[in-house]
Amino acid sequence: MERSVIVRMEQISKSFPGVKALDSVDFSVYPGEVHALVGENGAGKSTLIKILMGALTKDSGAIIIDGQKIDISTPSQAKLYGLGAVYQDVMLAQHLSVGENFFLGKLPITAYRTINWKVIYQEASKVLENLNIKIDPKKIVKDLTAAQQEMVVIAKTLHENARVVIFDEPTALLANEETEELFKLIQKLKEKGVGIVYISHRLEEIFKISDRVTVLKDGKLVNTLNTSQTDENSLISMMVGRSAKDMYSIGHIAKTAEIVLEIKKLSKKDVFENISFKLHKGEILGMFGLVGSGRTDIVRCIFGADAFDSGEIWVRGERAFIKSPLDAISKGIGLLPEDRKKQGLCLNLSVETNINLALYPEITTAGIIHAAKERKTAEAFREKIAIKTPSVSQKVLNLSGGNQQKVVMAKWLSKNSKIFIFDEPTAGVDVGAKAEIYKLFEKLTRDGNSIIMISSYLPEIMGVADRAIVISEGKQTGTLLREEYIGMTNEDEEKFLKLASGLKVS
Amino acid sequence: MGIQIVKHGLLSKIIKYCKNTKIFATEGTLLTILIFLATFLSIASQFFLTFENITNLVRHTSIVGVVAIGMTFVIISGGIDLSVGSVLGFSGMTAAILMRDGNNIYIAIIAGILSGTVIGVINGVIIHKGKVPPFIATMGSMIVVRGVIMLISGARMVSGLPREFTNFSQHGFLGVPNLFIVWLSIMFLANFLAKRSLFGRNIHAIGSNVEASRLSGIKIQNNIIKVYAFCAFMASVAGIMMTSRLASGVPTGGDGFELDAIAAAVIGGASLSGAEGTVLGTVLGAFIMAMLRNGGTLMGINPFLLQIAIGSIVVAAVLIDKQKKSKR
Repeated sequence: MERSVIVRMEQISKSFPGVKALDSVDFSVYPGEVHALVGENGAGKSTLIKILMGALTKDSGAIIIDGQKIDISTPSQAKLYGLGAVYQDVMLAQHLSVGENFFLGKLPITAYRTINWKVIYQEASKVLENLNIKIDPKKIVKDLTAAQQEMVVIAKTLHENARVVIFDEPTALLANEETEELFKLIQKLKEKGVGIVYISHRLEEIFKISDRVTVLKDGKLVNTLNTSQTDENSLISMMVGRSAKDMYSIGHIAKTAEIVLEIKKLSKKDVFENISFKLHKGEILGMFGLVGSGRTDIVRCIFGADAFDSGEIWVRGERAFIKSPLDAISKGIGLLPEDRKKQGLCLNLSVETNINLALYPEITTAGIIHAAKERKTAEAFREKIAIKTPSVSQKVLNLSGGNQQKVVMAKWLSKNSKIFIFDEPTAGVDVGAKAEIYKLFEKLTRDGNSIIMISSYLPEIMGVADRAIVISEGKQTGTLLREEYIGMTNEDEEKFLKLASGLKVS
Repeated sequence: MGIQIVKHGLLSKIIKYCKNTKIFATEGTLLTILIFLATFLSIASQFFLTFENITNLVRHTSIVGVVAIGMTFVIISGGIDLSVGSVLGFSGMTAAILMRDGNNIYIAIIAGILSGTVIGVINGVIIHKGKVPPFIATMGSMIVVRGVIMLISGARMVSGLPREFTNFSQHGFLGVPNLFIVWLSIMFLANFLAKRSLFGRNIHAIGSNVEASRLSGIKIQNNIIKVYAFCAFMASVAGIMMTSRLASGVPTGGDGFELDAIAAAVIGGASLSGAEGTVLGTVLGAFIMAMLRNGGTLMGINPFLLQIAIGSIVVAAVLIDKQKKSKR
């Protein structure tokens, strides 16, 4: 790492009305290194990256590339300087082929002024092969999986001669083996001398692949260290002032015998079959599986959002015929969808409206809503579960991910739901808010509620769930009890992964 | 003196409230524009501020305004209704034919409104159950219903309507035209409906995110059918108002009103992507549109130039509104 630095950001500051997003932050990237950037939501990571990529302009400080002070005021300028980024929202033209996406805006033409498809696909193949990505450049992007699309974005960035590639939460959409492919790719990039900035909330990844790590907190630089000289607990303390162990250690109440929900041989052709399990009162039942294994489909059927072919649902000892969300809601079931923005919230409506969304029929008389009750409910939950918002009239889209999730929870809490189904409850939620959400789980179970939690994130399942069932390709492959993974060791992780891949666990 | 102080105190309180709650930002801007426009026109043309002109203007705006209010609800729900012009004509023509043939005025009015509302129910069913996009479904109704009107009227005006019926639109209460009073009453009811009723809340939720609404237990089917029925109901009422004003059932009655209604709603702040828009905004938008037309004609502007200007203004109004919203 004694090679010369590619880009150095010095004393970068940026303010928005009312908040200082960055305060004299230093950040540098050397060729061939993976420099991780961590911090809570709002710590300034995205702001720093946006300034580097030309999406925002800094208020003060300098950006130095190859020893020369430069100004980056537009994203296309950033590209010219060899800076590329892979964001969570895949920036590809979905209806075009992979090859065409490589050449977006600059399609090569033949002497006859027609598109030179040969050159497009030849070059695209070369770039993909170079990185060991096994994707046919003629394939249409929307037919690729999320993981494959991400690979294409990475290849495209390199095709544009990027010397620094920024990854923003790259594994959020990836399954475990796809993550391994990504890491192999990153290793390849390192070998080519590309400098990598890696932003992630998943600390174990930081320790797997990064060389250095920078921690930001409230817009200030806390420290930049060699990854080998620190550990997860220290990082978390730097980020939030609390240690890792605390985050997942929630109180687990003694399991009761009372069964609140029983699923018997639930099946849906080509999606899942013979799913059977029981949910006890006060229990947190984890549902683990690889992305696409069918867990979301299962719970959507339990909630009445989709139809299933055969099987029975029993709620509190009685057979329940659930054909629509309203049926499930009337039985006391609430669903927090995987994509809370698309399915859980009305983003441009207020916090108050979203919290009361399922409650309105109950606070309506002769077609008119009781405004006072509406307000009271919203304020009560805002306080109870600490939803950070200047007022309940604020539009939900202005809240952070963690607080948006709390609004969805409040929606079901206000209905006195007894069975909560959380589908990836902490996706896109920062460390601080995650801990709050787990504490909420604890409170919910203490109050006699029961939870089914779908998660693809093993530390979360092992830390929070009392029991976990594993789904693989629509089939239930096994159940693990808390005692079997309480140590949260690598062997324990392997048990889960084996079951999720359909293998037998001894 | 005492009254002066009270008025001043109240006024400044109102202004402070409006400034603090950004809720009235769009409407405030529109009101300002309206006042400027009115002032400008009174200076530019000696005929503008006459009793005759103003009452004429108000009567016409009231009819379009009622349609626009119904349209606002549909736009808030994330849809659009192109059939309102035809529904207006259909309701008006049905009532006219019944009255001409000697039926009781009130029965005729109710029959007219009912027949128009049924179109709305059909629209709602086709859109929700048939999953036909609102634009296409209502465009179809627009064409079909206009055809029905031509059929039942033989493509001819239907006159000979009872004096009491046609007088209604000519008269007023304390100088305020009856048609405006009808619109005013509808304004208050609709505003209350939009802001305080379960139906209103459901419509906003559906317009904001229909999947999230469904997963929260809102009955999408019922609400979609209701909102299109409501819109058609408004258009039908407007149809009766127009028939009274024109003293006859006109086969082309309401033609083009769908565009004016959409323009009024959109200038008033409604967004075609749903969940935005208010009754007050639409009302102001309707007035602005009407004043532009009226003023342009009075000032002798070439009607085609006027058309170009009005179209441009509608787009400009939305552009400015979008700019303001993205700054927040």
